Amino acid sequence: MTTTHPPARTGAGRLLLIGGRVLDPASGVDDHLDVAIEDGTIVAVGTDAAGVFGRSAADDGASDDPDIEVVDCTGHWIAPGFIDVHTHLREPGGEAAEDIATGSAAGAAGGYTALCAMANTSPVCDSAAIAELVWRRGREVALVDVFPVGSITKGLEGRELTEIGQLNACAAEVDFFSDDGIPLADTLVMRRALQYAKAFGAVICNHSEDPDLTAGAQMNEGAVSSVLGLAGWPHEAEEVMIARDLILAGGIGARLHVPHVTTAGAVELIRLAKERGVRVTAEATPHHLLLTDDLVADYDAVMKVNPPVRTASDVEALREALIDGTLDAVATDHAPHAPEYKDQEWEHAPCGMLGLETAFAVVHTALVATGRMTPLQAIARFTTGPASVRNVGQHGAALVAGADANLVVLDPEARWTVDAHALHSRARNSPFDGRELTGRPVHTLLRGRFTLREGVVADAAVVA
Amino acid sequence: MTQQPRHASSPAADAATTPATTPATTPATTPATTPATTPATSTATSTATATRVAPLHHLLGIDDLDAAQVVHILDTAEQLLPIATRERNTVPTLRGKVVCNLFLEDSTRTRISFDLAAKRLSAEVLNFSAKGSSVSKGESFKDTALTLDAMGVDCVVVRSGSSGAPRQLARYLDVPIMNAGDGWHQHPTQALLDVFTMRRHLGDLAGRRVVIVGDLLHSRVARSEVQALNLVGAQVSVVAPPTLLPPEVERWGVEVVPSLDDALPDADVVYLLRVQRERMHRAFFPSTREYQRLWGMDGRRLRQLKDHAIVMHPGPMNRGVEITGEVADSDQSVITEQVTNGIAVRMACLYLLLAAPAVDEEAGR
Repeated sequence: MTTTHPPARTGAGRLLLIGGRVLDPASGVDDHLDVAIEDGTIVAVGTDAAGVFGRSAADDGASDDPDIEVVDCTGHWIAPGFIDVHTHLREPGGEAAEDIATGSAAGAAGGYTALCAMANTSPVCDSAAIAELVWRRGREVALVDVFPVGSITKGLEGRELTEIGQLNACAAEVDFFSDDGIPLADTLVMRRALQYAKAFGAVICNHSEDPDLTAGAQMNEGAVSSVLGLAGWPHEAEEVMIARDLILAGGIGARLHVPHVTTAGAVELIRLAKERGVRVTAEATPHHLLLTDDLVADYDAVMKVNPPVRTASDVEALREALIDGTLDAVATDHAPHAPEYKDQEWEHAPCGMLGLETAFAVVHTALVATGRMTPLQAIARFTTGPASVRNVGQHGAALVAGADANLVVLDPEARWTVDAHALHSRARNSPFDGRELTGRPVHTLLRGRFTLREGVVADAAVVA
Repeated sequence: MTQQPRHASSPAADAATTPATTPATTPATTPATTPATTPATSTATSTATATRVAPLHHLLGIDDLDAAQVVHILDTAEQLLPIATRERNTVPTLRGKVVCNLFLEDSTRTRISFDLAAKRLSAEVLNFSAKGSSVSKGESFKDTALTLDAMGVDCVVVRSGSSGAPRQLARYLDVPIMNAGDGWHQHPTQALLDVFTMRRHLGDLAGRRVVIVGDLLHSRVARSEVQALNLVGAQVSVVAPPTLLPPEVERWGVEVVPSLDDALPDADVVYLLRVQRERMHRAFFPSTREYQRLWGMDGRRLRQLKDHAIVMHPGPMNRGVEITGEVADSDQSVITEQVTNGIAVRMACLYLLLAAPAVDEEAGR
C-alpha cells in the first residue's frame, strides 16, 4: 500500500484533537474532551486542553498558528491505539503472503499501534537473533510497534525449550511464548515450560487442541461437517487441552494465555478457573465472534481456519464471555495466505483468515451497534485487555499528560463494505469480503505521528 | 414426490426389452440435439414430469436435486438402458461434445462406467488422471480447472479425494460439472443408479424400507443414497458400529437402529457399505471377525429377509467382511445389475446436462 500524503511531522509537531469522545478504559474516562499532543507525547486531556498551547477551547477549526495542527474529531471516538496479541506478519520466510511492512500497514488501517508477531516464521522465532530482527524491522517500518512472540520449543518441535531467558533479556524483551498452531501435546514439556517461564514473569500460550482428536480435521465437527463429508474438529479437542493447561498452570501458579477460544465449553472452563484464581487470560477472534460453520457449505477455503468457526450457540457464548470479561481480549489471529494456497481443494488449503483491518468493525457491528456492549467496554477488549496479557510498554495505558500519544480516532457511524482487494495486507483471504460493517478507524497515531490519516495509511518509513 | 410407478416388479431382464423399444431407435437416427425430448416421452407419466422439471446445470450432489429431477433422470435412464446393455447401437446424441474425465483419485470402475456412458452417446472422452493434489505439482486446483477450460471441454466428470472439489470446480468453470465422487461428501450417480435399480425391482419406492449398513462416516455413497431415498419417499434405517456413524446422523432423515437382526425382517432393501480393513487400526472397531458377527450380511441373515427383498453393495466388496460369498452370489443380490444400470444412469445424466440444455436455452434458460 503506497498511497502518499505529506510527511507527518514527527517530534516537534503540536497536535490538538478537538470535539471527540474520549474512551479511555485504563482511567475509566468516557467524556467529550480535547487531547493536546506535543513531541509525540500527550500533554493535556480535558475541556481546556487547548490551553497548554495558549489557545482557548473556543478556537476551533483552522488554526492561525502554523505549528499547531487542529484535528476536528466531532462525532468520533478517541481511544488508546489497539493492541493485537496474535498476529502473523509472516516475516521472515513467508513474505509472499505478508511482511512486516504490509502487516504493519494493515495494523495501522485497523487502528492498531502494537502487534504481537507470532513465532511460526521461517526460521522460527526461537532465538534472540530472530526476535531482535522482527522487533527492529517493526521499528524501522514505524507504522506500529512490533512485539515478537517467542516459540515455546525450539523449531516448534514440542521437545526442547526455547532459550526463554535469552529472548527475555534481548532488546525485544520477549515475555510471551507460543508454538502457535502446533499444540504442545507432551504434558511434561508443557508443565516444564510453565515452570520455567514463571521465573521470568513470562506467559505461555498453547494452541488448545488435542491432536489425537483432530487427525485430518477440516472444520467444526457437527451437523454441517456430517453432511459436507469433512472430518471434524470436535469441541472436546479444544476443551480437553484447555482443561489440562488450566490444571497445570493452576498447580504451578504460572501465567497461561488461552488463544482463540471458540467453544461454549471452553468459556466455562476459563470462567471457572478465573473464579478459582488461576492466572489465566484468554482471547477471542472477530471471526469466531461472528461466523458460523454453515458458511463452509460452498467449500470456499477462505472460511478454513484453525480452530474452526463453530455453531451459533458457541458464538453466543463467546459474545457473553467477551462482554463479562471472561475473555480479556479481542485478538485477530490475522493469518495471511497467498491466493494460490487458498485456491486449493478445501482439504489441501491452509488454515487462516485476515483480521487486522476488520476487527474493530466486526466487534462494533455485532456487539456495540446492537447495544450489547458499551463503547468503553469494547475498547477495553482492544486495549487494556490485551495489555494485561503481556508487556506491551505504554500501549493501552491511560491517556494522561506524559503518556505516549498512541491513539486511534474512530468513526462509529461509518458504514462500509469490506473489499478484500482494497485491504493493505498483501493477502486477500478475508472472510468478511462483501460484508457491510459499521465503525472504522479514521486516524491512528503512533507516538504522535499519523500512521493513518483520514483513512489513508502513511508510507512505511522503510519499504521492504 | 410420489407418482412414479411403472415397471413395478418387472424383472430386470424383461424391463430391459419392454419399455425401451420405442425411443432406442429414435435417437439413433436423429441429429444430435433433437432427441432431447424424445427418449423421455414414451409414457404418460414421463411426459407429465418432463414439462415441469427444472433443467440440470451441474450434478454436484443429490441435495441440489428435487424429486421431479430425480424421477426425470431415472425415466431417461430407463429409455437409455437398451443402449447401455448393447441391445441397441450407440446413438449420435453427443457427437462433437468433449467430456473430460478428471480423475484425481484412483477409480478404475467408476471411470470406465463414465467412459462407456459417454461413448455410447458418441461423445469424445478425454481422460485426465492425476494422483494427488494439484498442490503437489506446484499448481493450484484453480490452475487445473482453468487448463481444462482453455482446452474447450464441454463437460467435466470429476472424481476427487477432497470433499467439495466438484463444487469448487463449478465456480471456476462455465461448463456442466458432474461429480463422480468427492471425498466423503457425495457420489450422486451411484445413488441414482441404486435408486434406479431398486425401482426396477420394487416399483414405487414410497414407504419402502431401506437398511444401510456399515461405515457411513467415511462414505460418500451413504450421504447421496440417504438424500436420494428421502426424495423418492423411502424410509431409511442405518445400522453401524457407533464409531462409524457420522455426527448427528439422525438429522439426515434416517432412523438409527441398534441391531442388524432387528432391522432385517421389515427390510425391502439391505444396502451394505464397504468397510476398509485399515479402519480397525484407528480403533473404529476391534476386528473384522467381530464386524462380521455384528454387522456383516451372511446366509443366516439372508434367510431373515422377505422373499422380494434385495441385497445391494456399491462395490468393491470385501467378501467375508461386510458380505459373505453366499449372500453376494445369491438370487437376492443385485450387485452386478447395479453396475450395468450405472452405465444407463450416467448416460442419462450426461444426456440431460449436455443435450437437453440446448432446448432450455432456446426457452431462455
